[in-house]
Amino acid sequence: MPDVEARKAEIRRLAEAAVDKPATFGPDLDLTSFDVAADAQSVESLESLEKQTREAALGIGFDTTEAGRSGSYFQMDRSPIYRKVEQMFDNKLEIMSTEEALRLYPELMYEKYYWRNVAPDKDKYTAQVALTETEGYFIRVKAGQKIDKPIQACLFVSENNISQNVHSVIILEEGAEANVLTGCTIHPKVRNGLHAGISEFYVGKGAKLTFTMIHNWSEDFHVRPRTGVTVEEDGTYVNNYVMLKPVRSLQTFPVARLVGDRSRAVFNSIVYGLDDSYVDIGSETSLEGAGTRSEAIARTVSSDRSTIYSRGRLIGKNNDCKAHLDCRGIVMSEESTQWAIPDLASVGAPGAELSHEAAISPIAAEEIYYLMSRGVPKDEAISMITRGFLDLDIPGLPPALRRQIDKALEETAKESL
Amino acid sequence: MSLDRPQPLLVVEDLYVTVGDHEVLRGINLTISEGETHVLLGPNGGGKTTLLNTIVGLPGYRITQGRILFKGTDLADLEIDERARLGIGVAFQRPPAVRGIKLRQLIEVAAGDGEHEALLADLIGDLSLKKMIDRDVNMGFSGGEMKRSEMAQLIAQAPELTLFDEPESGVDLDNIAVVGRSMNRLLKAERVGKGVRAGLIVTHTGHILEYVNADIGHVLYNGKLACRGNPLDLIGEIGKHGYDKCVECAICQM
Repeated sequence: MPDVEARKAEIRRLAEAAVDKPATFGPDLDLTSFDVAADAQSVESLESLEKQTREAALGIGFDTTEAGRSGSYFQMDRSPIYRKVEQMFDNKLEIMSTEEALRLYPELMYEKYYWRNVAPDKDKYTAQVALTETEGYFIRVKAGQKIDKPIQACLFVSENNISQNVHSVIILEEGAEANVLTGCTIHPKVRNGLHAGISEFYVGKGAKLTFTMIHNWSEDFHVRPRTGVTVEEDGTYVNNYVMLKPVRSLQTFPVARLVGDRSRAVFNSIVYGLDDSYVDIGSETSLEGAGTRSEAIARTVSSDRSTIYSRGRLIGKNNDCKAHLDCRGIVMSEESTQWAIPDLASVGAPGAELSHEAAISPIAAEEIYYLMSRGVPKDEAISMITRGFLDLDIPGLPPALRRQIDKALEETAKESL
Repeated sequence: MSLDRPQPLLVVEDLYVTVGDHEVLRGINLTISEGETHVLLGPNGGGKTTLLNTIVGLPGYRITQGRILFKGTDLADLEIDERARLGIGVAFQRPPAVRGIKLRQLIEVAAGDGEHEALLADLIGDLSLKKMIDRDVNMGFSGGEMKRSEMAQLIAQAPELTLFDEPESGVDLDNIAVVGRSMNRLLKAERVGKGVRAGLIVTHTGHILEYVNADIGHVLYNGKLACRGNPLDLIGEIGKHGYDKCVECAICQM
């Protein structure tokens, strides 16, 4: 396999040259301050995980009873400790660790999927993952298969001060449909650490991937996801991102390329900035095919001393493309900061239609009084309005995911009281 | 106290209210008893909405003299929500849109604890709310939809005293009839052990009185209640002679 070996060497070379390259956005981290993750034992059943781990997983939508799920993947620190595809989906869906997929399909992976949507030398975080991989999940849905129950994955950090470097790949073959719910969280004892996660998604012709990510970190934890998506003809990619808990710093800017004609991408983001959280989120959609459409919606609330950047970039490259960006923020505290940064470009495509609405404002007092006039106490009214503001009506969201987001919002609303 | 005599529900005593630097209300005296529906007429800018908002407790309306009693309690130190829970409801003229809060939610919140399935079904049917019930409240609602939404919330809240701010404004004829019917439902309903409902309707056109029977009319003019009488008579006078002449007429000066 000379091609594979050559590509491996190339990835290494690119990564080595980028180990000190800071990211475009977000605070720069000293990666040498984090420890290497240790191995964890595989489990036969998710129910055998300790209670605190199961509860933490449930908090990000990962149900260890696996009820209503078509398959599960659980990674503890650097080790994939559990994976399962429900029997009825056996020949339709593959779930394994990325290392395993590289062993099983080396040529396919290196040629088409592995480090093809995200560059290993994008920044020091991609470089670190390329040089010190610690697995991640590989999910492939076979052509024409519609997986009606969500696939769930959990990337779990159980030790203090480690760097979890994961690399995940999702492939939807032609006409396939799937909902993937990925939750990333930590054991309650973990205070600090780093999660650097590469995600490469491939949405085939006429396929539809709904990817929902819920993040739960802690006050001293750093997070640097790097996501690249390509969508072929008539394909649809829906990205839902939810983070309602404190984090030390999080910077993410997933990039979707709509290469196929009539392909679509939708980004929905819900972020609650608490304590001293530094959150820099955004998305980029590159509209390359004819008849491509995209929408990016972000709702951000900043309280305490948090800082939030909400970015959105739309690049029209085809005369027949249309995209809209909608970012709204509520600033709840005098010590918090919010930036809304819409960024539109038409590149050699005079017919491209790109638009944005960006707004940052307080909660309107008249809305609070309106609710109070119906008998709702002031604190409760503020919490209801905040929750309503963050509660994006995401069309087509599976009920299980809907409930998960509702629950997370409910808890945040309660805590904010 | 005789059992037959209606008890005063709302008592406004010598009320002076300032908005910003401007004294809008200057010595209002008004008593609304159980079972009574009063109408507040008057030109735009005369202080009608100021009186309503002061009773509701909205900020920005400063009482410089006098007081407001509701069921014997001085409202001065009560928040908006406390007044609402005490039994005061208000149908706003232009309620704000609230992103992310569905009409259904607001009806449930207004109704308080318990199950509301039957009530919701009743309101959805009665007020044709089917298309609005799961939309963000007042977001893109037409004038008629907005009023129907307000009526639904108030019927759920079941206040003892309901204040209506220009209930006919921005509403087409079909919807006025529906709004009028709801107002009657709100004003005439009796709740066991809760006494008899009362209302105060602010209107500058009087059109709503074709649908709702009111007992007593007042004209609020230059910050004072200038006339009191049969609402339809007052509207007739105003129609013929205008507000300026109306407040000078002999009946009111007596």
